[in-house]
Formats: sequence, C-alpha cells, structure tokens
Amino acid sequence: MSTETLTIGKALNLGLRRAMEDDPKVVLMGEDIGKLGGVFRITDGLQKDFGEARVVDTPLAEAGILGTAVGLAMRGYRPVCEIQFDGFVFPAYNQIVTQVAKIHARSRGRLPMPIVIRIPFGGGIGAVEHHSESPEAYFAHTAGLKVVAVSTPADAYWGIQQAVAHPDPIVFLEPKRRYWEKGAVDTAATPEPLFGSRVVRGGDDVTVLAYGPMVKTALQAAEAAAEEGRSLEVIDLRTLSPLDLDPVVASVRRTGRCVVVHEAPVTLGLGAEIAARVTETCFHSLEAPVLRVGGYDTPYPPSKLEEDYLPDLDRVLDAVDRSLGF
Amino acid sequence: MTALQQTTEVVDPVPGADAPHLPDQPDLVQLLTPEGERVEHPDYALDISDEELCGLYRDLALVRRWDVEATALQRQGELGIWASLLGQEAAQVGAGRALVEGDMAFPTYREHGVAWTRGVDPLHVMSLFRGVDQGGWDPVATSFNLYTVVIGAQTLHATGYAMGLQRDGAENAALAFLGDGATSQGEVNEAMIWAATFAAPVVFFCQNNQYAISVPIERQSRVPLFQRAAGFGFPGVRVDGNDVLAVLAVTRAALAAAREGSGPTFIEAFTYRMGAHTTSDDPTRYRLASELEEWKLRDPVARLKAYLSRSGIADADFFASVDAEGDELAARIRKGTLEMTDPAGTEIFDHVFAEQTPELARQREEFVAYHASFEGGSQ
Repeated sequence: MSTETLTIGKALNLGLRRAMEDDPKVVLMGEDIGKLGGVFRITDGLQKDFGEARVVDTPLAEAGILGTAVGLAMRGYRPVCEIQFDGFVFPAYNQIVTQVAKIHARSRGRLPMPIVIRIPFGGGIGAVEHHSESPEAYFAHTAGLKVVAVSTPADAYWGIQQAVAHPDPIVFLEPKRRYWEKGAVDTAATPEPLFGSRVVRGGDDVTVLAYGPMVKTALQAAEAAAEEGRSLEVIDLRTLSPLDLDPVVASVRRTGRCVVVHEAPVTLGLGAEIAARVTETCFHSLEAPVLRVGGYDTPYPPSKLEEDYLPDLDRVLDAVDRSLGF
Repeated sequence: MTALQQTTEVVDPVPGADAPHLPDQPDLVQLLTPEGERVEHPDYALDISDEELCGLYRDLALVRRWDVEATALQRQGELGIWASLLGQEAAQVGAGRALVEGDMAFPTYREHGVAWTRGVDPLHVMSLFRGVDQGGWDPVATSFNLYTVVIGAQTLHATGYAMGLQRDGAENAALAFLGDGATSQGEVNEAMIWAATFAAPVVFFCQNNQYAISVPIERQSRVPLFQRAAGFGFPGVRVDGNDVLAVLAVTRAALAAAREGSGPTFIEAFTYRMGAHTTSDDPTRYRLASELEEWKLRDPVARLKAYLSRSGIADADFFASVDAEGDELAARIRKGTLEMTDPAGTEIFDHVFAEQTPELARQREEFVAYHASFEGGSQ
C-alpha cells in the first residue's frame, strides 16, 4: 500500500525530492534552504542528497533569486525558488512581473519560463510584520503567471511535482499555518489536474469558496452549520489563475448563494473577481449577492490582533447567515 | 568643473587632431589613440590581421549607417521610437566580436551593434521599434537575448545563464550589457554579488556613455565605475570605449578568464552617447554643444579609418566599397521596414503561455467574434 500519513510540509519535501529525481534539470534556490533545510524545513535533507549545485543556498537577495532563475531557465533548467516568507517576495516583484511573466510572450514562445515560485503565505502563526501576508491577487492580476494554492498534504505532494513539470511560471502558495496538518497521501495515485477546483464537501444551501489555509476554516464552518441544519457546499479553488469556476457555477446554480473566503483584503481581492464572474454566469440563479469574507483594508496587524483580522469560523457563518437572509 | 565640461576650440578638421586626452584616467586601456595611432598596452596585446581590421571598420561603418537610417525612418513616422547608438559603435562592435560560438549576450535596448555582430537581421530589430513585435530575432539561434528595457534586469539573467553554463560544464561565458545609470540599480549590484560568489562565467560590460537620459554620471557614482568591481571581489577595467581594438582586446581577455573559471570581470567602456537618449529626447536641455564637439574628435569610426588609411592597410577603394555597402544596407532596411505588415490582433493571445489557459482561449474567441461582428470584419 502506498498511502502514507504526511504533514503538508513533509508532503512538499517528498514531492520536491521526487521532482528532483525525475528531472536532473530541477534546481532549488533560496535563502537557508540547504544546510538548514529552509526555515520551515521544506527542503530538509535535499542538499545532502542532491548536492550544492542543485539545492542552492543563495545570497540574501530575492531579486537575485528570481533574476538568476530566469537565466537558468533560458539555459534549460527548471528553477524552483523559495521565497522565505510572503512579505519578502516584493524585492523580487520586478523580476517576477516584468521578466518571468513576460518573457514567453516577448519571445513568442522561444524562451519558456518553467519557474516555480514557492511562497509560504498567510497569517495565523503569531509572527512579526511581513511574515503573514496574502499577496496572491498581485500575481493573479499579472498576465503570464499562473497561481495555485494547496490546502492538503495530497495536493502539496502532487501539486509541487505538477508545478515543477509545468512549462509556464507558477506562483505556488503554501498555507504556512497548515504546514503541520496531517492527511493521507497515496503516492501511487493518479493525481488530479493542477488547474482544477474541487468540491470538498457537498451541500445544498450555500456555496462557500476558499483556498489555501481558509479551506479548513470553511470546512469547520460547514461542520458547525450542519449542526444548525444548514448544508454548506465547500469548494477548494486550488487554482487562482487561471480560475476554474465550472464546479463553482454548477454549485451556485443549485444553491443560489455564494460566499468567498480569503485572508487577503476583500477590496480588489480574488473574491471580487469571483463575485463578478459568478454574477455574470449565474445571475438568474442567484438568491443573494455574492458575499466576501476576508481581511480588512489595513496592514496586516501585530500578532496579538491577527485573530481580529483573519476570517474565522464565526465570520464565515455570519456571511452565510447574511446570504440566507436575503 | 570636470574636464569634460571644458570647452575646446575646434579648428582642425582632421578628426581627433586636437582632442584633449581624457583627463585623469591613467587606467584607461587604449590601443588606438583618437588620432588613429596604434599604441601598445602591457596587459592587452592584440594580434589582429589586416583583414580583421578591415572587418571591424566595416562593422562600425555599417552599424552607423543603419543607425542613421533608423533615425531618419523614425523622423518620417515609420518607427515609434529609435534608441540611437551613435558614438558607441566601437564599444558594441568590439565587445560583440570578442564573443565566440556558444557565448550568450544579454543586451539592453541599444545594443544594435552587438546584434549586428551576432548576425541578427537588422529588420528584426526594426520591427521592435516599429511596434510590430518585441524583437523578431530568435534569441536561442543567435545567442543574443531579446532586448531588456527594464534597466539592469538582464544582468541577473546573464548571471543565471552563466550559472547554467557552469552546471553544464560548458566552456563558454555570458556577456551582460548595461549602462552607467544601471549601476545604481539594486538588481545590478545583486548580479555582481551573485557572479562573484559563484565565480560565474559572466562579464559585465558597462558602456559609460556619461548620461542616463539627462542625468550625468556624477549622479550615479562617486568613484569611477570600474573601481566598484573591487568591492565585489573581481577585476574591473576601464577601456577607451571609442577604441574598437582596445575594447576587443579587453573583452576577449575578460571572456577568456570567465570561460577558464576565473569568474567575472567588470568592464567600463568609457564612451559618449553622441545622439539623444532616444528620438523622443532633447539633449540640448542638459548638455553643452561644446561637450559633444569635444567627443566628436574622439569619433570611433573616424579613428579606425584614420589608422587604416595612414598605415596603408586600406585604400580609398575599400572605403568606397564599404560606403556603397552601407547604402545598400540602408535601402534594404528602409524597404523592409516599410513593407512590414501589422500582425494579426489574435497574436496578443497566442504566446502568453506555453500551455494556453481556458480563460485566454475564451477571450481570444470573444475577440475574434467581436471583430467578425462588423461588416467585412475579420481578424
């Protein structure tokens, strides 16, 4: 039997290991990813087994990581870049947005950019400033990038391998506060497509959409709602760009109600785009406007206040109540 | 007041005859004086045949002729903009001719002279400035990356490419082009740190043309740029950027060292942008005409011509044949530019990804349907 119980962190580690075994052109790059194994130990043991040329402890310079990854990709390598924390991706933002995202189009396909940008994202770990951000909308808004977010060990294990093997640049968002959550991973299974959303709990009354760390929160809300006789359908979006809204549309046409949950600020976040598209495609099925639950338009707060900022079970249920109240 | 700002009375029509030598630059590598006199340098011998010398002159003259034609085409409304290389021909041709097969060049957006040496069709550069594409050449086949417009970003790409060369065990190097302004960019400094740390086979070739659009070099650096290399831990050398022979010799040596595993070199090619930053620029707002006149006396093309003439390496027939070839080239560039057709509108959707997304495919279909909805409309 090839099913193991793994944490998300360990699943990523094994997935990376397998990706490196599958393709000698895969090179991991990042700060502290070698000897230390990464601050979250996602690359633990990989430098020891694959060597310093394939698991590169880089200088402390995020633009350098992404910029040299571009050059390595031009030379036929498949760089997997670790950004240590979400808030530190911004020094690399120029390279990601002006180069990584555009070079395929600029070169009319002559220069593929198979680069994976791994970012532990989101809050809830009691950290100092810049360690709890949700920058996904910036990247989903950028033409030429694909953005995925994993929420389970199985998706982490398979998703990272699929992302590494994919020909286009992918921002790979890892739910850092869930790194230690366990789940079953069948390492011999046929994985689900990387760019697909998935119904993770069936229901009839309200469709709740989430991704990354908020999937667990949405499932907890569904559990609590069930005790009050309300049936929530929870969908893990999994892919943020491109969006896969077919399961969402099918669900909302049944429930007539939709709530989108993410940690990132609501204003101009992923939820705004989803609300617009669901309204366009499900207008005649909707019993209530699409509601959004997310962060406020404030800088991410000091850790003693982060529970006030982050969506939790109660805020999701509050939105569900409001949706049902229309 | 720097010596560059001093005015010089120009009375002698012989190019370079009265040019003051560059001030306070004992480190400037020169193999050909502004007057066209061949001199030796203890560290940079150059063994070069007469045929190769004539080839370099041909490169310089043709690249300049192309540049003149492109500026004219822009003025006639046939190009959106043109970034002239006038005055920088020797720096670019010298650097470009130092590359060997398998080396990879990473240009900014002004390296038309390097493009020429790599065999890039000038029309593939013209199409970029006409707005037809983002550069029509194949960067893999020509070993000449597409132009990078964001200042300095390509220096990291060159460094990463060099790291790939290292991993492949290839005996080649990357040549990263940048300007004086770019040396202020964080990414350029990161590139030099990475290159030094990993001893990557990359050469940073900085054309110090004295201005970042309007801002003079004094605003970018308190020390001569080549001296910065020492702080990163690799050699820096300043070469007369208007001396194609010195540029060739210095770049060859740096590339050879990189290929042999000695790591990076920073080359500061001391030169001058004789034209505007681009055709949208007006340099009379920020620099004196006398300064330009002074640099005209150090003209890179006239300098080599003077040497070839005086030494008897080339005669009037040779120069006439190059002129004629230049006119033919210009005519071909003009004709080819005017004949360029606009790409299909659907082109914008077709190369965003290697693997098209359903969303983009849908947008493409909508685009086609929208245009087809007009009478006689199609895309």
